[in-house]
Amino acid sequence: MDNISVLVVGNGMVGHKFIDNILASEAADNVQLITFSEEPRLAYDRVQLSAYFSGKTEQDLALTDEAYYRQHKVDFLLDTKVISIDPTAHTVLTDKGNTVAYDKLVLATGSYPFVPPIPGNDQPHCLVYRTIADLEAITESSCHSQCGVVIGGGLLGLEAANALKNLGLETHVVEFAPRLMAVQLDEGGANLLRHQIEALGVQVHTQKATTEIVSGEQSRYRLNFADGTHLETDMVVFSAGIRPQDELARQAQLEVGERGGIVINDFCQTSDPDIYAVGECALWQGRIFGLVAPGYTMAAVAAAHLSGGELAFKGADMSTKLKLLGLDVASIGDAHGQTEGAQSYTFHDEITQVYKRLVVNQAGDRVLGAVLVGDVSAYGQLLQMMLNDMPLPDHPSALILPQVEGEGAAGMGVEALPASAQICSCYDVSKGDVAAAVANGAIDMAMIKSCTKASTGCGGCSALVKQVMDSELAALGHEVDNSLCEHFAYTRPELVDIVRIKQIRSFDELLASHGKGLGCDVCKPAVASILASFWNDYILEDAHIGLQDTNDIYLGNMQKDGTYSVVPRIAGGEVTPDKLILLGEVAKEFDLYTKITGGQRIDLFGAQLHQLPLIWRKLVDAGFETGHAYGKSVRTVKSCVGDAWCRYGVKDSLGFAIDIENRYKGLRSPHKLKFAVSGCTRECAEAQSKDVGIIATEHGWNLYVGGNGGMRPRHAELFATGLDDQTLIRYIDRFLMFYIRSAERLQRTSVWIENLEGGLEYLKSVVIHDKLGLADELEAEMAGNIAKYQCEWKTTLENPEKLKRFKHFVNAEQEDSYLAYEVKRSQRMPAKSSQIIDVLTVE
Amino acid sequence: MNLAIDKVQDLWVSVCSPQDITPGTGVCALVGGRQVALFCCRQTQAFYAIDNFDPIGGASVLSRGIMGSIAGEPVVASPLYKHYFNLNTGRCIQTPEHQLNTYPVRISGTEVQIGINS
Repeated sequence: MDNISVLVVGNGMVGHKFIDNILASEAADNVQLITFSEEPRLAYDRVQLSAYFSGKTEQDLALTDEAYYRQHKVDFLLDTKVISIDPTAHTVLTDKGNTVAYDKLVLATGSYPFVPPIPGNDQPHCLVYRTIADLEAITESSCHSQCGVVIGGGLLGLEAANALKNLGLETHVVEFAPRLMAVQLDEGGANLLRHQIEALGVQVHTQKATTEIVSGEQSRYRLNFADGTHLETDMVVFSAGIRPQDELARQAQLEVGERGGIVINDFCQTSDPDIYAVGECALWQGRIFGLVAPGYTMAAVAAAHLSGGELAFKGADMSTKLKLLGLDVASIGDAHGQTEGAQSYTFHDEITQVYKRLVVNQAGDRVLGAVLVGDVSAYGQLLQMMLNDMPLPDHPSALILPQVEGEGAAGMGVEALPASAQICSCYDVSKGDVAAAVANGAIDMAMIKSCTKASTGCGGCSALVKQVMDSELAALGHEVDNSLCEHFAYTRPELVDIVRIKQIRSFDELLASHGKGLGCDVCKPAVASILASFWNDYILEDAHIGLQDTNDIYLGNMQKDGTYSVVPRIAGGEVTPDKLILLGEVAKEFDLYTKITGGQRIDLFGAQLHQLPLIWRKLVDAGFETGHAYGKSVRTVKSCVGDAWCRYGVKDSLGFAIDIENRYKGLRSPHKLKFAVSGCTRECAEAQSKDVGIIATEHGWNLYVGGNGGMRPRHAELFATGLDDQTLIRYIDRFLMFYIRSAERLQRTSVWIENLEGGLEYLKSVVIHDKLGLADELEAEMAGNIAKYQCEWKTTLENPEKLKRFKHFVNAEQEDSYLAYEVKRSQRMPAKSSQIIDVLTVE
Repeated sequence: MNLAIDKVQDLWVSVCSPQDITPGTGVCALVGGRQVALFCCRQTQAFYAIDNFDPIGGASVLSRGIMGSIAGEPVVASPLYKHYFNLNTGRCIQTPEHQLNTYPVRISGTEVQIGINS
């Protein structure tokens, strides 16, 4: 193929996918790509748009960045709209007045929100929900509004309602049809959904046709309905469906559908063979596909066709599974049972609010569709059975009936799926792709996610991906060696159970009964941590001292030259002037380099072994305790000043931060743990980047879990809302102990949750709903740990035998002669290594 | 060079009493101007002595590492970057080009002694 110029109009999810497909193809070097975006930014994840309101940033949502495009020589014009096409001249014209020539043109213009032609729909605070700019407008409007109405009770409308609710508005949903999500749900499912949404405080009005938007009496506007009733509101968000953005095609006289949409063939070509259309703007066999997965398929088809490949678009399954206002909802295939002869099984549990309907064919041996509300665990299985035309098991009702403890799961195992079965629809990952990843060495969910991208979109397939991974691992005869090290043929969670259940109190005892060899720097600290989590004995007792990393053994953080840093606890970051002065005096006396840490405390560097007890004597006398900065343990609870000082604070974040830091201080865990408490949703304490993040709202505390900074930063995920102090503490107790029990060594909470089968939802079921019946046990273990808390430095200072270890030489009073320092910015710093070598040669 | 002569220890230096080393840990001794890391194995009660300076991390810290065994050989893991040094041979397991001096250790009466060539 010769060097050709390909223009991509629209840089949304599908336009970007097309570019990615071309870049990944063999044709990449022969194609000059140019893309136009009407928005001021490159492609972002529109599916996750509502996450913007729960803390995700523009960057989190971004699917690519300018550097990536530059590196791959993709030209891009942002804020630029293509306003016409000249198919004869093979050129397009932009609103900036530029004419750009093409060999092939790809229209990925997407869709626009349909705003019903209601008089008054163009006033301020009458908005739509599609782009980041729209979200910004909604946020801005919410600052001047008390109440908001979403017009449209479909999938997007309910997402918009969730956004308004999160913004603190009194929220209403107005729907023309007699039920919510009329396309995806049957009456039973929609009723349950409505009931649940209303329980959350969102008011639902069905069978309401809005006739006009006029000035209100109590609020900014009044919606008048055809039945004579009305509703007052300050803001209106239209979410009454989408329309294909086909304006350009109409202007260029390409064939378009009667009700819109650019007509394409199986190769995504429009009526002009040099012009392709992909995504929501395209009309294939009279159908528009308003989901991202079919759009991605079209992008792949068009990219392949353009470079001489043979893919064809054959339609797409429109099944969906999603979470709406916290409620799981899924719809598969023929959810309404419209196929001739269709029959159905229905399960409705009013107690736990679950509705499931399984639609089968006339012969009763194939799945046609399903509706699942409240419990969507059967989604993956039912979808695969339908897509792969698999026969139903003997008692199909078992597929939707709740499982009784002790009985095996009904239905098919993942082994029965063909390799071509699509497991992740967001990234089009097949069972074969997951199997290949396993064959190439992936052994856990984190690895599967990073090499296949499966389960990194909506996450709906995670349980299924895990099952496939496990079955592939087993099938490969690949015995996964999860041994901690050569001395223990057990995983960390297994060792936890052994220590807990057999009440093992020392490493020697564990090594003798369950290990071999002498131990090592992997198993010793891991076991020391487990022993400390459950028995919480003094870590420098003779039986434990040899297990500790150097940081724990000397109760300080070893720096590059072998000296230590000293970090006293400053709970919540609150410190009196007197204590601050004392820290300064100690630092001055011992010439310690002094720095403020990220955890709102003070780090004093450069203490030699023999100085540590002298320094700590002064600190302990002044009322300081050890800060456990050296341990894999609870470190700090960062806070803002909350309602004590701040004009915006709604709760006492400072007092609460200090309380929980004192509650969990020093708790040893598989990895370090960081907390934060913010006094309002402005989130100054950055709680959403912590393992445990707490944010005050007017309705109580919101709890976030699983965030971290570091090499792979993660945002914490919302775990529970509107909690009182006691409930919050109970949840944190359970969460932490469950983590300590079941995480692998050096696994942060984020990765632990990612690898839990069932992920965050499973964690909620254990911590909040006590699915495993462990809650009391976990709380009791935490209470036992807390009761045995001691300041390790205080204990050490009272113990002359232990203090003997705090000197460089066992047989001399000299200091380490290799230490060398220079002064930088008025403080002592380790000398550069070249200077140290000079010192060594002089010796 | 004559190996037999090489092995002759003409100086044994007393550094501490056995009780000064908690089994399973190490201490650092100053022996003839050199920093020597001295260890006592918790399981076997054997003593080992190697250079205290970690040539990879570039600091005098090996006595503060965790003891253990790798494939049956007694080792210490440097607290800086976790390199293992074989306590019998002084060789680094990950990067064998790093070779530390080893020293014989004996108990004489109530004293732990380290042998050095003068």
